[in-house]
Amino acid sequence: MEKITNQKGWFLVLPVFALVAFSAVIPLMTVVNYSVQDTFGNNKFFWNGIGWYQELLSPSTELGGRFFASLWRNLAFSAIVLAIEMPLGIVVALAMPREGWGVAFSLVVLALPLLIPWNVVGTIWQIFGRTDIGLLGYTLNWLGSDYNYVANPLDAWLTIIAMDVWHWSSLVALLCYAGLKSIPEAFYQAASIDGASRWAVFRAIQLPKMKRVLLIAGLLRFMDSFMIYTEPFVVTGGGPGNSTTFLSIELVKLALGQFDLGKAAAMSIVYMLIIIIVCWVYYTVMTNAGEDRGSARGGP
Amino acid sequence: MYALPGRHVILALFIAFLLLPIYWLINMSFKTNLEITSTMTLWPLQPTLANYRVIFTDPSWYSSYINSLEYVVINTVLSVSLALPAAYAFSRYNFLGDKHLFFWLLTNRMAPAAVFALPFFNLYSAIGLFDTPWAVALAHCLFNIPLAVWILEGFISGVPREIDETAFLDGYSFPRFFVKILLPLIASGVGVAAFFCFMFSWVELLLARTLTSVNAKPIAATMTRTVSAAGMDWGVLAAAGVLTLIPGAVVIWFVRNYIARGFALGRV
Repeated sequence: MEKITNQKGWFLVLPVFALVAFSAVIPLMTVVNYSVQDTFGNNKFFWNGIGWYQELLSPSTELGGRFFASLWRNLAFSAIVLAIEMPLGIVVALAMPREGWGVAFSLVVLALPLLIPWNVVGTIWQIFGRTDIGLLGYTLNWLGSDYNYVANPLDAWLTIIAMDVWHWSSLVALLCYAGLKSIPEAFYQAASIDGASRWAVFRAIQLPKMKRVLLIAGLLRFMDSFMIYTEPFVVTGGGPGNSTTFLSIELVKLALGQFDLGKAAAMSIVYMLIIIIVCWVYYTVMTNAGEDRGSARGGP
Repeated sequence: MYALPGRHVILALFIAFLLLPIYWLINMSFKTNLEITSTMTLWPLQPTLANYRVIFTDPSWYSSYINSLEYVVINTVLSVSLALPAAYAFSRYNFLGDKHLFFWLLTNRMAPAAVFALPFFNLYSAIGLFDTPWAVALAHCLFNIPLAVWILEGFISGVPREIDETAFLDGYSFPRFFVKILLPLIASGVGVAAFFCFMFSWVELLLARTLTSVNAKPIAATMTRTVSAAGMDWGVLAAAGVLTLIPGAVVIWFVRNYIARGFALGRV
């Protein structure tokens, strides 16, 4: 379907443009502003050039050390949850019932964790994991492990990863389920006539159909796991020590806790650039994948 | 045909994994604090509604539910109604800078809330909206409008262009065509977009907490009050948590038939 060139399109986009510009550009300029200035309080600012950025990007300084530590921590976290949630989501989507009351029931249960406020997600797991009053912590201790997410960094990580898998695997599963539903029954019949194996059907029919939704899922999961704040903050508060201090937690500490505006602003800009660059690469890949699909199926 | 081996077991295990922590929260909300801290019981031995009574009789508790719902509704209405014409334009027309504009919109969905917390605080304090539901609603537009545009663009692109052309030939004006013909055709898309705006505004806490202090305080922020000098009030905390699950569950029930397509953002 060819689009027609019509500059009046701008009038239709204008309200959205104005509102998003108001709530994105103005605050962003404030951040840029802070990132090149220093202050001794009293609202008196002076030019600091790229000083904050130099400090942020050299791991030997205190600020740089904190930034890189939380950056690696956050990248590791994103990699781990993606590695668990994507395959799990695919398996759950394949296991979904095709018809009957089970479909609606499974869909509603799967979607439930996604609609829980993030701090309540944190609260649920904070309670669930506690060794005195939580089912999970109590059971693990009863089985003889010395699980304690408050004191042990490894247990804290395991708890937060389990929480994220609990919270977001459904999103991947629902996306994949939508992809699977769009496969006509005739494809499966043809495969069965050809005597294709279960694995061959997965590789040749189901996986290609899910490719696009999997890209969306990967994009959303990367962005959101890289921006995670509320859930780990409620469960561990970034501890024990700094072992679960992710980028957003570190940033809020700097900006709202210590009120180090210049450092926080420089970190904000670098943080955003990382996400946008990764997503831009993804977006390009997605658009190309979409074009392949369009030519194969002859339509949107 | 070609069903996954052992799929019932896999699905049952996953659903149990999802429901167990929620069950534990509900279980706790019906217990007294004494029972919570002194024994480990799989269901309340002396079920009590006292925790819920605390919430429904204390205005600072129940008004924060209303505050939360207020900004969520404002945000949803605002995001969807502004995104509709924009999504139409992105779906139908080429115009100067359209692709860049679309990507720029999406970059706002990628912006960490932590980056915007402080500048938003400055901005909304400066224009006198601090501590009103409008501040939170407008702040949440930052990530909800791009998402709504993205979803609706997918749904509108699924409507054949011939329908537009026929309507214009029949003498429909643009606004009349939009309301009378296009909207009914993408009604499920509007529902899905509204669902997502509701969802992301409802679950967000960092901005909502930063932009309010007393009058518009969201429920999520009020929940932190249960920590007091006398220790944690676990029962009330659990009851408040359970009550935050309800709006989400109700909304899911209404869109359950569109959920799968909606999560694919109208692009399957």
